[in-house]
Amino acid sequence: MVAVRLAMGAIDVPLRWVQRRLGIGGMATFFLLPNMLIFGIFVLLPFFINFAYSMTGGTALFLPDRTFVGGEQYARLFDCVNYTDPNSCAEDTFWTAVGNTAWFVVLQVTLMILFSLITALILNRELMARSFWRAVFFFPVLLSPVVVGLIWKWILQRQGLLNFGLYGLGFDPYTWLNDRNWSFAATVGVSIWAHMGFYTLILLAGLQAIPKDLYEAAEMDGTRPARAFWRITLPLLMPNLLVVVVLVLIRAVQIFDEVYVLTGGGPGISTLYITQYIYETGFATQLRNPGLAAAASILMGAVLVVLTLVQLGLGRKGEKKGARK
Amino acid sequence: MSRVAEFIFRRRGRNGWHWTDVFTWVWLIGGLFIMFGPAVWLVGSSFKSPAALAEFPPSIMPYVTQKATVEGYDKPLDLYEVTMPEGSKKVLAEVRRIGIVAQMVSPDKPTEIVKVNIAERTPVRTMSFATSNYSEPFTHFDFVRYLWNSVFVTVTATVITLIVNSMAAFALSKYEFRGRTFAMLLILATLMVPLSVIMVPLYSIISALGLFNNLWGVILPTVATPTGVFILRQYMLTIPDELIDAARMDKASEWQIYWRIVLPLTAPALAVLAIFSVVWRWNDFLWPLIVLSRKELYTLQVGLSVYSGELNVQWHFILAMTVVTMIPVVLVFIFLQRFITTGIAGTGLK
Repeated sequence: MVAVRLAMGAIDVPLRWVQRRLGIGGMATFFLLPNMLIFGIFVLLPFFINFAYSMTGGTALFLPDRTFVGGEQYARLFDCVNYTDPNSCAEDTFWTAVGNTAWFVVLQVTLMILFSLITALILNRELMARSFWRAVFFFPVLLSPVVVGLIWKWILQRQGLLNFGLYGLGFDPYTWLNDRNWSFAATVGVSIWAHMGFYTLILLAGLQAIPKDLYEAAEMDGTRPARAFWRITLPLLMPNLLVVVVLVLIRAVQIFDEVYVLTGGGPGISTLYITQYIYETGFATQLRNPGLAAAASILMGAVLVVLTLVQLGLGRKGEKKGARK
Repeated sequence: MSRVAEFIFRRRGRNGWHWTDVFTWVWLIGGLFIMFGPAVWLVGSSFKSPAALAEFPPSIMPYVTQKATVEGYDKPLDLYEVTMPEGSKKVLAEVRRIGIVAQMVSPDKPTEIVKVNIAERTPVRTMSFATSNYSEPFTHFDFVRYLWNSVFVTVTATVITLIVNSMAAFALSKYEFRGRTFAMLLILATLMVPLSVIMVPLYSIISALGLFNNLWGVILPTVATPTGVFILRQYMLTIPDELIDAARMDKASEWQIYWRIVLPLTAPALAVLAIFSVVWRWNDFLWPLIVLSRKELYTLQVGLSVYSGELNVQWHFILAMTVVTMIPVVLVFIFLQRFITTGIAGTGLK
């Protein structure tokens, strides 16, 4: 502590000189500078370079060494005979990944919202040891995706806990992660398991902010609980619910870590999602193609922006509707 | 508040059980098993020997077959409890097995070989915790190094995050200057630029700076977190400007105001950000996976994923190291859960 205090005192001397030169207002720039510098170099710069990257070809790493190809990478991504069949495309893995991701998003977002809403409603009841139960559902949120992936890989493998349980019920052991459909279901289930508690917490905060006299008034009017739920709870929870939907959607589109450890995109490419496609095209395969990966990542970024805007637009409409009722 | 909840799912009749009551407890108890079960199973499995891990059906507790050294045999032999033809039970050691018949000897009479049908014997087993699963990776493999790399990345990134973000938050909350709103919007807009969208060009920038295969290449891109700036700024806005004006009267420099007045008052928000940052950086995976390709630079997460992806997975080591990787986060969960839950409920950050 003494060392820190001395260091800070020592820094103060040159900084007083800086302050005399810049003036008090100028010190704002000084305080903002480190964050903005890191930000500019590691977020904004790559964001803009990405567009240039997506218009170049070859395997060279640095932008000046790359050849300009215009919209060729995009043309390659969209080169399909029949857009409903990924196999008819030049980049069939890209479209398979897009299709997988779309299915994943639809299923995972629906189930995630459903489960976290139910859990939040239950945790909002008068419960014994409520903070304990909240902790139970929140616990996996802090685990690293790698740990989550490994825990479930261990449970779903042939000698795993799931087969043990089913064996007790008279079923034969099965290698779940070698089955296309089951491994897809596993990625959906595991990602819900890992993140549900986070969204439950946001919804629970929303539920607890609903003024209770509304319910008392409804009770006096003889409103049934189910009706109170649809007419009071749900409309007043809408802002939180929308935040959750946007967050779940955005994260679901980018799913990577847990799945990469759990299935590695397999069997085959049945659980290959779009981020893994970008990662493998850009870095991991023998025939790496950073330009193509950049083009794909820009398309994904565009989808993310559109999804957010649509959700925000819907949210505004929904709020107005709710207010009118 | 709980009366609200009670109303939504109130019990029909004070003493009876409404279906919602039953549903609640089924959901909670089910949740307990599904949420905690897998982690408990992981910890239990991590103490099993490789032989016990390969067993099916698996045992709940870690058991090993007892062995005995028998005169005339080099290696210790597995012990079995055998039901003899006349009905008595005897403990014998297995010499070898041919099909369904095992040749066994009594440890007291090593010369006399008894032939036993394998259906008539059960292994003698004792509970034993294979602590070597934990000690071996630390002595024979690079896990100490991975652990050190992870700790280094987490601590350094968190310290830099706290300093850099609090400085920016101070500027954005306590100064009037042109472009302040623009800077704030710019920071918030980058919430929409996730790593997966910019990883290809970011990789080229990191390489151009010579930070490929360097732990600093993992640390630097993560430290200017928009969420960090945001929560610290919101908190600093509540600090009265009079305090700062008074300090200026007393000839405090702007740096002293930041360091001696504003930072100490922001301590609660800094604590929340520190906790989040530690969890974020400890758990980071995709970016370290891209930047670090040399084995000795792996963080725990990358090391674990690489070892578990190998053809011949040594599950007994992987499970134990997964538990080690879990420990800091579980400690944070146990002791600091309150900070995190209020942090999430208040700002919706993760």
